[in-house]
Amino acid sequence: MTKLARALSLSASVAALALAAGAAQAETVRWARVADALTLDPHSQNEGPTLALLRHVYGTLVSRAVDGSLTPDLATSWEIHPEDPTIWVLHLREGVTFHDGSAFTAEDVVFSYERVLHESSGFRAIHADVVGAEAVDEYTVHVQMSGPSPLYPNNLTNFFIVDKTWAEANDVVAPQNYAAGEENFAVRNTNGTGPYQLVSRDPEVRTVLSVFDGYYGDAPQVTEVIYQPIAEAATRIAALLSGEVDFVQDVPVQDIARLEQTDGIAITTGPENRNIFFAYNATSPTLRSTNVADNPFSHPEIREAMALALDRDAIRQVVMRGQSQPSAAPLPPFVNGWTEEMNAYGAPDYERAAELVRSVYPDGFSVQLDCPNDRYLNDEAICQATVGMLGRIGINVSLNSQTRSLHFPLIENLETDFYLLGWGVPTFDSAYVFNFLVHTREGSYGAYNGGQYSNPEVDAMIEEIATMTDLDERNATIARIWDRVMEDRVFLNVHNQLLAYAVREGINIDVHPENSPTLWTVTID
Amino acid sequence: MIAFIIRRLLQSVIVMIAVAAVSFTLFRFVGDPINSMVGQETSIADRQALRDSLGLNDPIVLQFGRFLGNALQGEFGISYRLQMPVTELILQRLPATVELALVSGLLAFVLGLSLGVYTALRRRGVLSNIIMTASLIGVSLPTFLIGVLLIWVFAVELRWLPSNGRGEVVALGDCWSTGLLTHSGRLALILPAITLGLYQMTLIMRLVRAEMLEVLRADYIKFARARGLSARAVNFGHALKNTLVPVITITGLQLGSIIAFAIITETVFNWPGVGALFINSVRFVDVPVMAAYLMMIALIFVVINLIVDLLYYAVDPRLRVDRAGKAH
Amino acid sequence: MTPNTPGKTPGRLYRLWDSDLFYAFRTAPVAIVATLVALTIIACAVLAPWLAPMNPYNPGGLNLMNGFTPPMEPNAFTGETFLMGADNQGRDMLSTIMYGTRTSLFVGAMAVLFAMTLGISIGLYAGWRGGWVDGALMRVADVQLAFPAILIALLIFGIARGFIPDNMRDQLAIWVLIVAIGLSDWVQFARVVRGATMVEKNKEYVQAARVIGAHPAKIMFRHILPNVMGPVLVIATISLALAIIAEATLSFLGVGVPPTQPSLGTLIRIGQGFLISGEWWILLFPSLTLLALALSVNLLGDWLRDALNPRLR
Repeated sequence: MTKLARALSLSASVAALALAAGAAQAETVRWARVADALTLDPHSQNEGPTLALLRHVYGTLVSRAVDGSLTPDLATSWEIHPEDPTIWVLHLREGVTFHDGSAFTAEDVVFSYERVLHESSGFRAIHADVVGAEAVDEYTVHVQMSGPSPLYPNNLTNFFIVDKTWAEANDVVAPQNYAAGEENFAVRNTNGTGPYQLVSRDPEVRTVLSVFDGYYGDAPQVTEVIYQPIAEAATRIAALLSGEVDFVQDVPVQDIARLEQTDGIAITTGPENRNIFFAYNATSPTLRSTNVADNPFSHPEIREAMALALDRDAIRQVVMRGQSQPSAAPLPPFVNGWTEEMNAYGAPDYERAAELVRSVYPDGFSVQLDCPNDRYLNDEAICQATVGMLGRIGINVSLNSQTRSLHFPLIENLETDFYLLGWGVPTFDSAYVFNFLVHTREGSYGAYNGGQYSNPEVDAMIEEIATMTDLDERNATIARIWDRVMEDRVFLNVHNQLLAYAVREGINIDVHPENSPTLWTVTID
Repeated sequence: MIAFIIRRLLQSVIVMIAVAAVSFTLFRFVGDPINSMVGQETSIADRQALRDSLGLNDPIVLQFGRFLGNALQGEFGISYRLQMPVTELILQRLPATVELALVSGLLAFVLGLSLGVYTALRRRGVLSNIIMTASLIGVSLPTFLIGVLLIWVFAVELRWLPSNGRGEVVALGDCWSTGLLTHSGRLALILPAITLGLYQMTLIMRLVRAEMLEVLRADYIKFARARGLSARAVNFGHALKNTLVPVITITGLQLGSIIAFAIITETVFNWPGVGALFINSVRFVDVPVMAAYLMMIALIFVVINLIVDLLYYAVDPRLRVDRAGKAH
Repeated sequence: MTPNTPGKTPGRLYRLWDSDLFYAFRTAPVAIVATLVALTIIACAVLAPWLAPMNPYNPGGLNLMNGFTPPMEPNAFTGETFLMGADNQGRDMLSTIMYGTRTSLFVGAMAVLFAMTLGISIGLYAGWRGGWVDGALMRVADVQLAFPAILIALLIFGIARGFIPDNMRDQLAIWVLIVAIGLSDWVQFARVVRGATMVEKNKEYVQAARVIGAHPAKIMFRHILPNVMGPVLVIATISLALAIIAEATLSFLGVGVPPTQPSLGTLIRIGQGFLISGEWWILLFPSLTLLALALSVNLLGDWLRDALNPRLR
């Protein structure tokens, strides 16, 4: 909070300075990250790096501040319709223009709703409860929901608004359709209301943005952004050390200390809204990869033993070099529903854990752990360390670590017994976690419930909270769900990630909880 | 002559079809392309629908037929990942790789040739032994490690040369971009070219040395010496000249593999070429790009091979007899 | 199988010692040093279970808090000291390198053996049969040469993943790697053997053997193969170094052996991440070991090539 206040006051004073000077200085920031945006189509890919880049070009109705709170953006205010709890009323900002000069009106918001609800959109699940949107007047929109949805505005922070006339003129009324087999104009061309407009784009090489003079907010100090994906960690850090880039977003934890000591380079760290955890299949009668006849994870003793063997502090100290917040709660502290009690964890007790394992399997047992090796901070090393810890209590774990495009299908196709996953919560609410990770897999529920946890009572409560309007009652139900989930040890949580941004000294940037830095709020000394 | 050319062409076509079959069917086993196309929130039903509409549920033979038909028209579909036409994507990246391959190939050729000649002429010299041993160190270190070490020394510690990218590029017409015309472009080329060329340089150097040693023992060299020609004339006028034909052939054939070898170098130096494109495609299971890349490498190789064969045929009459004899 | 296997009788052994090849060896210091280095590394690797201070493959015996202990310095938490330091998982570097070399050597040797068997068989067959069989096999070889070993190994790795059930991957990873590297390396053997076969098969002694009705396989293995064992040996030696490097590169790309049972390549991949942060020992020692191993094997192969070429002596 104080950090935010400081950043705000700083940016205000700097803005004043810039005004006093008369003309803004040309400032270029060369921004390097591990991966490129997959597309510039604002409604095609719900994926971190894509959203982070698009945010600079396209405006959203609501934004998320660095502390996680919602702030007005293209919508100046929003409320539930006084007579109908299933309608959200959005009041839009006046005097906003798109990069091509056309005015931003309610028609554009209605059109964007149609586009984001199209079947080729990657964001349909986020707006699943939306029935339709209607322009009441030029600057008011009514969003009709299928039932009361008190927390829906949380889902608007990644909803980019496009210009209706531009989209129609360029035949991009629908988001990218893979099946059509042809390129979509919106993949490499943009027309948003954001602070920057696209100058050039060479996918995976560089994307150049320059400041949009007609931006409705404060004029950004950074007038040009050059975005360069650099996949190899050593090359990325070398580029910063040799002055070829100004801002590296994905800094390996082991390089933080060195970068901090380097003259001319500054490091900012902050928590990401993402927790890293293990999950296992405790439901099936047998497992694919174990040497015992039944399912070891179905025994509460084994699940308890694993929790006792996980030395979170050692992982923080050695693997993460302090860049993590160890926690037993399978959700990050940013999320509604998180409590201090859930977070608490004890010191490892290997003797007790080994005893528990022996009580079920006198000779121990073996199982395979599936792990990504290019998705989260030191994911493979975390798995490796855990393999060692479980080895000490008689659980012989073989490690299968591989690239993310091979790891995630194992979870989606229920082809794993025991796996590592990290989960970010863009809505900052537990319901998002429940819907994807806890609810029995059926329909749009449980897509990442790879452990196949299934509890009818819990499912009923999860479905209940979707339409609850009384927030206190809703929070009580969320707490009850978490109690059951914690009691059943559905997840073995490791920690919450801390992010590190490295910049050329003089650039002031805050770590964003969704790892989505905003260069237009960056100040330069 | 015509029969020979037709036979070679036919063989090349069969090679291309085989590579197409390999590149297509193999990649159907690697990962699930759907997963790289949609986000974490897409439901299973939606995934299945997309799978159907892309034809990924059709019989493999049908999918291959479709692939082959499109490939003939230079049409490899849309990259799952970058959502751009694959052919355009590859053509856009090709200049970077070709430039890197040519420069490192040239570097390897010139250095390899001179060092090879030197070590052959001074076979027992101290410097020759040092060069030979040093060249083995170069071969004994993995390419990625050489790249990382060069970055470490020249980009991070000394800050002489850039560590990544192509620097500033200049467009030449619609379809070519070059970094050779700008200062930053030339600087950026140095480290990747050395990394990529080192291995080829060693190969060429050893080949030149071996060929030279063979030739220097040949009778006509002895005669030339006996006739009293100067060592210089013998070594360069006779020996080197006769060494060059096989060396140039091998270098030409190596060009195809340099382009393919660039995968690792491009990854380490973040060089925006087709190799980096390919590795990224493997990581994301971007089937169209992978298939097109393999086809491209095969085509480059087949064409180079064909040219070399025809040139040999034209230059060396003895081969005609030999080949005709072998064909039966 | 091959008639000139040394050591069958004392006479043979003596003949080997007295042979030109061995004489050349005894008088070449580079070859002797290379052999000594290679043998030392191989011995350390083979005897690792008895020589290494700890077993890094036993995850239960590790203490994560030993992670990143510098060489010869006691760890701040546990007080333990390691000659070559400890890696990011608290494994003793020396032990890990010994076990890692063992894995690398095993992969390399098996891959070369596999490539050699395959290449010799194909080469003999193609050379003997000639005609379209030869043309087809050599075209396959040509095409394969167009793709670098790494690319082919990646492909094979990909297919293997599709066929092997995921709970077997861990155990089979090494074998997949062996097949992948081996399959990408048979061409050299096949070419040399084919060329020699084509020359030899028209020679009178082979024609004579055919006339008296000797089985073609017998002719190939008894008469033709021994003539090409020299070059095959040279290629095998150099291939061994290449196979070890290929394994390292595949591990660098993340498709090698699992990190819980690291090879030298895996160790280098892990160590490379700590180059900038200053934990140099995690990268340096495995790299030096790989360099020493590959270099000594390469030097040996290089020397062997020259020594076996009578005109260069």
